[in-house]
Amino acid sequence: MLSLDALPLAASASNLLAAREQMAFTLGFHIVLSCLGVALPATIMVANYIGLKRGDKDAMELARRWSKAMAVTFAVGAVTGTVLSFEFGLLWPNFMDRFGAAFGIAFGIEGIFFFLEAIFLAIYIYGWKRLGGWAHFWAGVPMVVTGIGGAFSVVAANSWMNQPQGFTLNAAGKVVDTDPLKVLFNPATGYEAPHMILAAYMVVGFLVASIYAVGMLKGRRDRLHRLGLLIPLTIGCILTPVQLFVGDTAAREVADHQPAKFAGMECIQKTGGHQTEYVGGICTSDGVKAAIPIPDLDSFLVGFSADTKVIGLDDIPVDERPPANTLLHLSFDAMVGIGTALLGLAAWLGFFWWRKRDIPQTPWFLRAVVVSGAGAILALWCGWIVTEVGRQPWIVQGYMRTSEAVTEADGIWFSFAAVLVLYIAIGTIAIKVLRRMSRRWREGGAEPEGTPYAPPTTSGEAGR
Amino acid sequence: MSKADAAAAILWVGATFYALFGGADFGGGFWDLVAGDAENGERPRALIQRSLTPVWEANHVWLIFILVVLWTAFPPAFSAVMSTLYVPIALAAVGIVLRGCGFAFRKSIEGLAARRAAGATFALSSVLTPFFMGAVVGAIASGNVPAAGNGDAFSSWLEPLPLLTGAMFVATGAYLSAVFLVGDARRAGEADLERYFVRRALAAAAVAGIAAALGLVELHAEARYIFDRLVDQGLPLVVLSGLCGFGLLVALLRGARRLLRPLAAGAVVAIIWGWGVAQFPYLLPTSLRIDQAAAPDPTLTTIFIVFAVAAVLVLPSLGLLYTLSQRDLLEGEH
Repeated sequence: MLSLDALPLAASASNLLAAREQMAFTLGFHIVLSCLGVALPATIMVANYIGLKRGDKDAMELARRWSKAMAVTFAVGAVTGTVLSFEFGLLWPNFMDRFGAAFGIAFGIEGIFFFLEAIFLAIYIYGWKRLGGWAHFWAGVPMVVTGIGGAFSVVAANSWMNQPQGFTLNAAGKVVDTDPLKVLFNPATGYEAPHMILAAYMVVGFLVASIYAVGMLKGRRDRLHRLGLLIPLTIGCILTPVQLFVGDTAAREVADHQPAKFAGMECIQKTGGHQTEYVGGICTSDGVKAAIPIPDLDSFLVGFSADTKVIGLDDIPVDERPPANTLLHLSFDAMVGIGTALLGLAAWLGFFWWRKRDIPQTPWFLRAVVVSGAGAILALWCGWIVTEVGRQPWIVQGYMRTSEAVTEADGIWFSFAAVLVLYIAIGTIAIKVLRRMSRRWREGGAEPEGTPYAPPTTSGEAGR
Repeated sequence: MSKADAAAAILWVGATFYALFGGADFGGGFWDLVAGDAENGERPRALIQRSLTPVWEANHVWLIFILVVLWTAFPPAFSAVMSTLYVPIALAAVGIVLRGCGFAFRKSIEGLAARRAAGATFALSSVLTPFFMGAVVGAIASGNVPAAGNGDAFSSWLEPLPLLTGAMFVATGAYLSAVFLVGDARRAGEADLERYFVRRALAAAAVAGIAAALGLVELHAEARYIFDRLVDQGLPLVVLSGLCGFGLLVALLRGARRLLRPLAAGAVVAIIWGWGVAQFPYLLPTSLRIDQAAAPDPTLTTIFIVFAVAAVLVLPSLGLLYTLSQRDLLEGEH
């Protein structure tokens, strides 16, 4: 009997790991594209506005190019987002069964935003030639609003998993009543949603700027490149200090409401005041090794006083402690560290602009901008590791364990492997396609027209 | 009508829009696939590309709408379907990814071989995706999804009715697409392409009609509950669908182009709602009723509000997109 009982348990433990890896990988892939969907429209609209208002041909050209790139990234984002919708059921059917009635509410609202974004994005991207001017500009404005609204709704659903409320369970654990507004505006939405929306704008700002910085380092110092660097970089730099403020608030909220996550990400072993802030290091049960310790700082950051009591892992039941402490801790530190470095970059640009009304001309500045794009994405991933791994072993904090939510289906390792191959392929091709587009623009060549597999000699004919 | 029934009706409205517009987009991929070599297939493929490019992403969102309404308003049904039919659903998801990426990449990628590969990926997955979606729907109709979920991963859909439904989905998409493309070709003043798609619309209509007739026979054998109600309460809608289909054939042969789209859409809409009537009051015949699966009232109310907002904001916006696209104000290729 014992062996028979143990068998499905082992299978589901293996499923849990495979399902978590697949979810993490597909989400990590999609989230970069969703940042582009959320924040690229605003960046494009700024360039478009400058172009129209000042008759600036370079700015108009940038807006046109970015929208063509967005056509590719939005398509990949739309289908990888659809995969996530499927995965909610394919990987976590028991979670959806029990909590879909509450968890789904925010997605209903997101659906509207996404619908409107897809519609106006199509009108904007394909309306360049024949809509023209301000009518075309205004057709693009809804993308900005719906991008932000969509991000808010999706993050509200995630926030609800962190601080669930607005539902009543019966004895069997089934949701028998809901309060949609409480679900949507759970306490975590207040700090998670702005944190993520700002992150999306920072990722897009620094990423787009970094592409133009690469070009400038290669000697392409024309006005188009300078403007292509300046517009997105300005957006990223203005929002960075705001993000640091929001992130700091978020960390305090996490300390108050999700103490296990906070103890994990800060490697706090014992509850008490005068907690040391550890920068970097490896978390072990007898303290943090190889870290830079700053006495009392952790307590001070949580409550503005060295006496502030912070809950440690010793107050969290063993089976409710987040796993992978070192990963959590280093992710959190990396996110904060990168954010601080980006603040430095913003100060550099701000100071130079104030004195000289120009971009710093030193190659070191351009190199820093090049790194900032990858850095912003890395910080984004680290933030999500803290949010998601830090909530484990729960899928709905305090109500449902991830191990209870996972599917009993066979072959999850197989599907993870297939997804890995598929996504690496489409990611590689997408980057290749975008680079080819950029080279084509640079060389002033015509875009390929006509149908994809028409003979090259006649493809121009069909292109009209 | 109870709140739960109203939520189910909203689900059906979403399915109707997705079948009409998403289905036609899949059909475009089908015609791309069978358009022949590069030389011969060039002009039909160009027309398909122009028609699909500005609208396919918006049309795709109906699928998200269906998923969201299903898991929010009827969580146990979503969970049961996903934990049973995960094989065809995962294959459909892969198809969706390949199709979207293939379509997006083939416009911008360079080199004939690479564009061919991307185009073939798009076209082939445009056929496989609706096939697996149809298999899922057929398996649900057959009563092969237990209310508690975790039904058999393979025997639940590897049966005649689900597979036939898959084929019917492909044929219906091809038929809708060919009819839509007749109009697009006419607008573009390409009379030979117009005739090209008239011929294909006729062929696809015949295949879809035969598949539907075979489907009725299989329904009788495998999904008796649905069959009995389809020929009873659902009969007016079945007859309406047949009349629309017949009318479409006449219109195609006589060149009454204005009637084509309404008749083609009518045939599909009537059969979807006929199926809905036949399945009522079950979401999963005959193990899970609509009222058993329904979420608490406040959640359903949220779905109603979302639907009302969609009706006020999304439908007019979609109308704007289609109008601009049909007036050639959006470039099909960029």
